[in-house]
Amino acid sequence: MDGRAIRSALSMMDERGSGEGAGYVAYGAFPEFADYYAIHVFFDAIHETKAAVDQELSKWGTIVHEEEIPTYEQQNIRKIHTPWRYFFQPDARLMPRSTTPEDDIIMHLVMKVNTSIPGALVYASGKNIAIFKASGWPEEVADFYRIQDYKGYIWLGHNRYPTNTPGWWGGAHPFNLLHWSVVHNGEITSYGTNRRYIESYGYRCTMFTDTEVVAYLFDLLVRRHHLAPELAVRALAPPFWDEIDRMPGGEAYLNRAIRLTYGPALMNGPFAIVVAKPDAIVGFTDRIKLRPLVTGTMGPRLYISSEEAAIRVMEPEVGDITMPRAGEPVIGRVYS
Amino acid sequence: MTIGSVPVKFRISVDHDQCMLCGRCVENCPYDVFRLENGKIHVNSRKCVACHRCIAMCPRDAINIRERPVDYRSHPVWTTETREAIYNQARTGKIILAGMGNAKPYPIIFDSLVLDACQVTNPSIDPLREPMELRTYLGKKPSRLETRQRDGDVEVLTSLSPNLQLETPIMIGHMSYGAISLNAQASIARAVSDAGTFMGTGEGGLHQSLYPYQDHMIVQVASGRFGVDINYLERGAAIEIKIGQGAKPGIGGHLPGEKVCEDVSCTRMIPVGSDAISPAPHHDIYSIEDLKQLVRSLKEATEWKKPVFVKIAAVHNSAAIAAGIARSAADAVVIDGFRGGTGAAPRVFRDHVGIPVEAAIASVDAKLRSQGIRNEVSLIASGGIRESADVAKVIALGADAVYIGTAALVAMGCRVCGTCYRGLCPWGIATQRPDLVARLDPEIASRNVGNLIHAWTLELSELMGAAGINSIESLRGNRDRLRGYLLDESIMKVLDVRPVGA
Repeated sequence: MDGRAIRSALSMMDERGSGEGAGYVAYGAFPEFADYYAIHVFFDAIHETKAAVDQELSKWGTIVHEEEIPTYEQQNIRKIHTPWRYFFQPDARLMPRSTTPEDDIIMHLVMKVNTSIPGALVYASGKNIAIFKASGWPEEVADFYRIQDYKGYIWLGHNRYPTNTPGWWGGAHPFNLLHWSVVHNGEITSYGTNRRYIESYGYRCTMFTDTEVVAYLFDLLVRRHHLAPELAVRALAPPFWDEIDRMPGGEAYLNRAIRLTYGPALMNGPFAIVVAKPDAIVGFTDRIKLRPLVTGTMGPRLYISSEEAAIRVMEPEVGDITMPRAGEPVIGRVYS
Repeated sequence: MTIGSVPVKFRISVDHDQCMLCGRCVENCPYDVFRLENGKIHVNSRKCVACHRCIAMCPRDAINIRERPVDYRSHPVWTTETREAIYNQARTGKIILAGMGNAKPYPIIFDSLVLDACQVTNPSIDPLREPMELRTYLGKKPSRLETRQRDGDVEVLTSLSPNLQLETPIMIGHMSYGAISLNAQASIARAVSDAGTFMGTGEGGLHQSLYPYQDHMIVQVASGRFGVDINYLERGAAIEIKIGQGAKPGIGGHLPGEKVCEDVSCTRMIPVGSDAISPAPHHDIYSIEDLKQLVRSLKEATEWKKPVFVKIAAVHNSAAIAAGIARSAADAVVIDGFRGGTGAAPRVFRDHVGIPVEAAIASVDAKLRSQGIRNEVSLIASGGIRESADVAKVIALGADAVYIGTAALVAMGCRVCGTCYRGLCPWGIATQRPDLVARLDPEIASRNVGNLIHAWTLELSELMGAAGINSIESLRGNRDRLRGYLLDESIMKVLDVRPVGA
């Protein structure tokens, strides 16, 4: 499906934003470059900063194709960055001791560019994944990038009411690292703990906002530690000890093990989050559901939203609207 | 007569109009300050240590104590304490002994840190209505979890090491039987058992009468090895190797022979009346690898069923030392700050050696994180924790749990007079004299200690709720929720906190 539906969905929830940040992600957006990492960069002064990024990329692999991301002038969007995308093939031989050398090279590049090249921000780095974000209302951002021109099999969208970094494009959701994309409504009160934990594994938080840790935590738990996504959700929003104490032996052991091992990854504070990877999406809330989350299905399609209205505008005949319980993950898998 | 007598430290006055000559002050003062003669209470102020026992017992509020009623000529460098220490040493030629914790007026970092609360963008959580989790597990944790899907069930392949399960992150630190009375230990033991937390035995063995509480006791192995045998190790819920103590880093311990009565002698396994001297180093630990061997030996002896903690004094290089300890089989590192109390320590050590626990915990936590091993080992803070806010702050700086010592004694009546080393504690806490010990009723004192733990736990829940946090692990190391108020930039860098307003 193309980007029109999600644009209309977000337009139902302008109440939840302030016109200072919105964004979309589409999985499957680059069929012709599907095997290459689509590295998206915001350049501040492209003539000065791009050479350094090119050079860094060339050290680690080959730029197969690159282009400025096409944009279309909108009245309220000031184009303060030049969005650029590289399709990149890392050289696996350069990371010989890793079991996932290509991903590790990309992760290293993202952290390297974002911490050491001022004026360049990598905001997406997955394969066949397009991110569109800017400072503006969701409809304007959609039109700015003409997301109706892209097709995807998973779409996430977000409308931001910034409190931390208004107007900064990098602060708009979705956040992406490798194959992970995250949209988030809320504020993570455990951010200080989560950030320090994830940084001890080599990740660097550079977006000045709490949401990026979610992408990094999923990358660590699922890609690097091989946990199933539902177990990763369990680590981030685990059952209470009282509940664990009442569980039968094996289940109690599993949950205790998760909490002991991944205590610093537990996310506190109000949130509703949807995380996507190429073969699945998962939506969940904090352990006491301080933010709304509703789901609906229609045939093979799963919708997850803050509001039912947004689902109904895309799928007026949607059958089963449900409200998942606090901390309970809603998982949609892609069947090809 | 070169030096002559120094001015009295405390001046006691008795309001004879109020006094009804009941004699309670005479009975209660073990320092013989009061005597009843010719129908009047007479006092010898020079003997007073300001323990306040007489004040607490006087039914008529007839007694008053004034500190330093005689002024020395004031001088900013040659303070009263400095001068008196010199008189004392000129007279005796000895090391000055002192009790309780560091008495120098160093600024207290805790008091320059403020906590955060939620407003609007995230809701605070009401602990009366929502669950609030303070449960804490102390011990080795896996660095990652290996799982396998089997018939739809998830199987955990990683095995968990034994951990201590605490219902509140507040434990009572190691104060030995000998340093404190059996009644004091029994009171603490009952309180921690009821509260679902733990206490330390100190290096004084485990008295038989405390066996019923052994599941809540951490047995200590220190350099003197007093009271240590396999029975002792097996009874403890965990074992703690004491390398150093915040009140006196780098030196051993000394229990005067006068405190070694029959019962203490049995529990410590030393002869009656003999001084119990713990050497400065462990005579089998001269390197980090020796420590590792001791940790493993203790684990082997107890069949790897018990967590083993290692306690060090907070010193300049704590971070690197803790990282070394974390690499051994040790389950937790205890960092004892320079404000930690003690029954007796050389004054020069108590006041001048070591660093504050706030800075030590912050640097240890950061070092362990930089090496990717922070969550694998637990971190316990002790030394100078006075209230629930200190607990919250030190956890936010990176600790898993705390030990409190002095605060628990104060809950039993201790007035922090700092005269523990004389063994005459009128509150029945730091003494072995049977008549004094009998003054401490474990029934009541255990309730007082229990109340304190309970009250702090409630306050901690409220502080967490206000910060929008409902699980203690989200407070741990969460320095974003702290701000430094009038702290200098270098110390804020160590603490990794921002200034207020930033």
